[in-house]
Amino acid sequence: MLAFLVRRLLTLALTAWLATLVVFAVLEAIPGDPALVMLGTSAQPEAVAALRAQMGLDRPWPVRYAGWVGGMLHGDFGTSLTYARPVAGLVADRLAITLPLAGLALVLSAGIAIPLGLFAAGRQGRAGDWAVMAFGQMGIAVPGFWFAILLILLFSVRLGWFSAGGFPGWEAGAGPALKALLLPAVALALPEAAILARITRTAALDTLREEYVRTAVAKGLPRRAVLRRHVLPNALIPVATILGLQFSFLVAGAVVVENVFTLPGLGRLLYQAIGQHDLIVVQSVVVLLAVTVVAVNALVDIVCAAIDPRPRVTA
Amino acid sequence: MPNRQRRTALAITMGAVLGLAGALAAGPVLAQTAPRTDLVVGMRLEPPHLDPTAGAAAAIDEVTYANLYEPLTRIDAEGKVVPGLAEKWEVSADGLTYTFHLRKGAKFHDGTDADSADVKFSLDRARGADSVNAQKGYFAAIAGVEAPDARTVVVTLSRPDGLFLFHMASGDAAIVAPESAGANKQTPVGTGPFKFERWVAGDRVVLVRNPDYDGPKPALERVTFRFISDPAAQVAALKAGDIDSFPQFDTYEALPQFRDDGAFTVMVGTTEGETILGTNNARKPFDDVRVRRAMAHAIDRKTLIDGVLFGNGAAIGSHFPPHRAGYVDLTGLYPYDPDKAKALLAEAGLANGFETTLRLPPPIYARRSGELIAAMLAEVGIRVTVEPMEWAPWLEKVFKGKDYDLTLIAHTEPLDIDIYGRPDYYFNYRSERFNAVGAELDRTQDNAKRNALYGEQQRILAEDAVNGFLFMLPSATVQKSAVQGMWVNRPIQANDVTGVRWK
Amino acid sequence: MRRLVQRVRRLPVSLLLGGLLTALVVGAALLSLVWTPFPAEQVRVVARLRPPGPVHWLGTDHFGRDVLSMILVGARNSLAVGAAAVALGALLGVPLGLAASAWGRWGDEAVARLGDLLFAFPAVLTAILLTAALGAGAVNVVLALGLFNAAVFARVARGAALAVWRRDFVRAALALGRGPLSVTLVHVLPNIAGVVIVQGTVLFAVAVLNEAALSYLGLGIQPPSPSWGKMLGDAQTFLFTAPLQAIFPGAAIAVTVLGLNLLGDGLRDALDPRHRSAGLL
Repeated sequence: MLAFLVRRLLTLALTAWLATLVVFAVLEAIPGDPALVMLGTSAQPEAVAALRAQMGLDRPWPVRYAGWVGGMLHGDFGTSLTYARPVAGLVADRLAITLPLAGLALVLSAGIAIPLGLFAAGRQGRAGDWAVMAFGQMGIAVPGFWFAILLILLFSVRLGWFSAGGFPGWEAGAGPALKALLLPAVALALPEAAILARITRTAALDTLREEYVRTAVAKGLPRRAVLRRHVLPNALIPVATILGLQFSFLVAGAVVVENVFTLPGLGRLLYQAIGQHDLIVVQSVVVLLAVTVVAVNALVDIVCAAIDPRPRVTA
Repeated sequence: MPNRQRRTALAITMGAVLGLAGALAAGPVLAQTAPRTDLVVGMRLEPPHLDPTAGAAAAIDEVTYANLYEPLTRIDAEGKVVPGLAEKWEVSADGLTYTFHLRKGAKFHDGTDADSADVKFSLDRARGADSVNAQKGYFAAIAGVEAPDARTVVVTLSRPDGLFLFHMASGDAAIVAPESAGANKQTPVGTGPFKFERWVAGDRVVLVRNPDYDGPKPALERVTFRFISDPAAQVAALKAGDIDSFPQFDTYEALPQFRDDGAFTVMVGTTEGETILGTNNARKPFDDVRVRRAMAHAIDRKTLIDGVLFGNGAAIGSHFPPHRAGYVDLTGLYPYDPDKAKALLAEAGLANGFETTLRLPPPIYARRSGELIAAMLAEVGIRVTVEPMEWAPWLEKVFKGKDYDLTLIAHTEPLDIDIYGRPDYYFNYRSERFNAVGAELDRTQDNAKRNALYGEQQRILAEDAVNGFLFMLPSATVQKSAVQGMWVNRPIQANDVTGVRWK
Repeated sequence: MRRLVQRVRRLPVSLLLGGLLTALVVGAALLSLVWTPFPAEQVRVVARLRPPGPVHWLGTDHFGRDVLSMILVGARNSLAVGAAAVALGALLGVPLGLAASAWGRWGDEAVARLGDLLFAFPAVLTAILLTAALGAGAVNVVLALGLFNAAVFARVARGAALAVWRRDFVRAALALGRGPLSVTLVHVLPNIAGVVIVQGTVLFAVAVLNEAALSYLGLGIQPPSPSWGKMLGDAQTFLFTAPLQAIFPGAAIAVTVLGLNLLGDGLRDALDPRHRSAGLL
């Protein structure tokens, strides 16, 4: 177990390091000069050169790479080239939107998917099951950003209940802030709910085939009680694992959904930073995301290994 | 497909959503009686920071110009130079010495006096060796800045500069204090009638009235600049009443519905943005004037203005705005005529047309114009590959690297026809005739003569068909009918709210 | 004839439904090669933002282009990008996965780490970064999505191949002195083909979705060539004036993805009856 743990952590570190290399290399390949972006079309070359020096962009790339990775190891993510603010603070600001958004989406998707999945498992092969499965297929097939546009069309354009985008800030109060996050969260939750409903259903069906559940059914326990008391707790294990893994999907989805709703979250920051060629922000945010994804995967692996006595093959 | 069941499932989901939505949708409605003293201004883009002396982003000036910072002189709504931090000034007969007299009692928002030392600091900082000013060229003629007393600044020039007072009125020449200049990007400190309150990243910047301002007090107590980049969200925010005034509103297709609504006023004014089909004059086949003229004949400006600006915007035939003195109407030089275009191409040995690439920067007018122009050029056999780019690569490749065939961009700096005389500019255009007229312009002070020379320059550019001259970018403002005093035109990029009040 | 009907009826419902929807989309794409109601790129600004009617069945967009024609040609573009991304992924990924399974520990480890690295970046994010580096456009979208697909294919092929290597007939072939390359080609590859095809169908659907998202952000297929994602991006600015324009392209994407996903599920059920469950899973 210890050997496995060490091995898993080593590969985690290796992947994180490779990720920094890849991200840095890709960004070096993107044409563009952040100083030129800041100073625009009538800037004089020497002013651009001065700004480049001020930003530290005139140093050779190995120095910049070492400085960046070294800084990150000390918790210093550098200073944004466009916003002239420490990246850590910038990211913290944006996480104050993206994390609640992802959290809300997670709660919504679990809240919709788990009951639906159990319901479907309870009436396998019958109409209700088919309806849930159809929902599952639709949820996966409908592009998240289109669903987002449809939500705007219905709730903002037609009904006028929600604004079509933007975020009032948390100091406007929890109510307005959550209201601004609700439609995006619904848009983000739909595909997740669809996947989750299918997984819950499969897990519940597997549990229903177990001896003790059959016994309980044979003893005449009502179906509802069987589902709640025996099936749900057991089915939750794979569901929770998937929920953890969905982090990566939520992040990817957030990049697009935040753009549709113009929410100033991490995804939008990243997308804009790519456009403004704010290398420091892009580098740090992408690596942060990648490391989080890898770490969550490793955690899931380790937990699985701890629960499951069988030897675990990587991947 | 089991349709009924699917609908059931959908209905369950939507029902849950609707319930939640309804619970959160009910918000308080405030009744307004006395004239309001706050204003919410909508903006498309968020400024990267709030220091106009260290960045070219128009959004910086759109928040801070005249509201938060003051330069020595200022541009008013009509585009004229008026007093700023300097209440008056004298120019020597040779045009080389400018003496500015600063307002008595002018103070920075941190309470310190705004005196001649601050002006000297600001100007020297902008023209120094390590200056990162986006318009460093504005200060290039300055030979020295002296501060004989606290209220007087004497600026000596090394050569006459007819546009010096105009340039000193730009946001890039804002007067800042040595103690606070370094932190202006996040917590700006100026001398204007409004001071910085807070910045909610990604959403808005709030300014409040400066109680210690020495000049006339603005009617507004609080101004909020809200950043909404999505067109549908802009329309929704206006309709919901979240935004009081939206200047530089570029969702032109939505203008009719606001015009029809009595609660809103729509103003369409001018900007300095000549929108051109930038053409690499050094590249084949664009080095042949017949090819450039063929393209001019192939572009239907009326359709372009209808399609992109929904009819709001004036066609141009050269690089000069119609609202300025000295303008010559050259829009009839190359009427829309695809057959003529094909004939000119054949004459240039390109009877079968050619392939080319059109690199487009991000603004929506550029993307839409590019799409339409690609279709128009296809009609005469020019097969265009459209390549959209973000600003960073566009600036690097097209503007700086001159690595492009065609591009599309609005040149928004006022009176910028001189860019065609710059030897290393991205058009790769060289004309001795144009440069000769330019040299004479520099020597000429008389306005009538200057205008005639400007006219001559416009004609040369049009004859050479240097670029595709398309249209002037309009400046549309949508606002609540009770808002008064917003600028109609945009002689410079700014949202000066010092004169705005509620009816 | 009756036997044929019986055999068809025994096929999973998802396979039939998925096949039908996919055939519909492929049909639309093929039709667009020979016929569209109007030229899909023809601009007529005077006829812009028309609602659906007898002339323009699905209306016109903000440049007066016929939406139905654009959707038909869009099907072609969408499928072409998706197919190319899957083909590229399979061509790179399957040999890599097979090699990893044959090479033993080190090759295996290398492929697993490469997969870890690629999966650390959400696919859309990878594609956004790569298109930023390489430039927007269909070819670069294919490259970006193909790279991601290669990682998935490598992982799937390796997993399936490892199971095949353990089987008796492969061991027998090895014992008879056949080289690993020939065993891979003759025994392993045919036995993992089914898994690879199922995976390919699912990845095809993912590629169509991701291409739409990238085109929506302006990074994918470029005008004048119509693309569903870009049509949605354009339509969003006209939500107040022409809301219907935001419906049709999205529905086209959803139908395509639904069809491919169902087809994938159905193929899996048909190839591996143990997996068979409620018709639509």
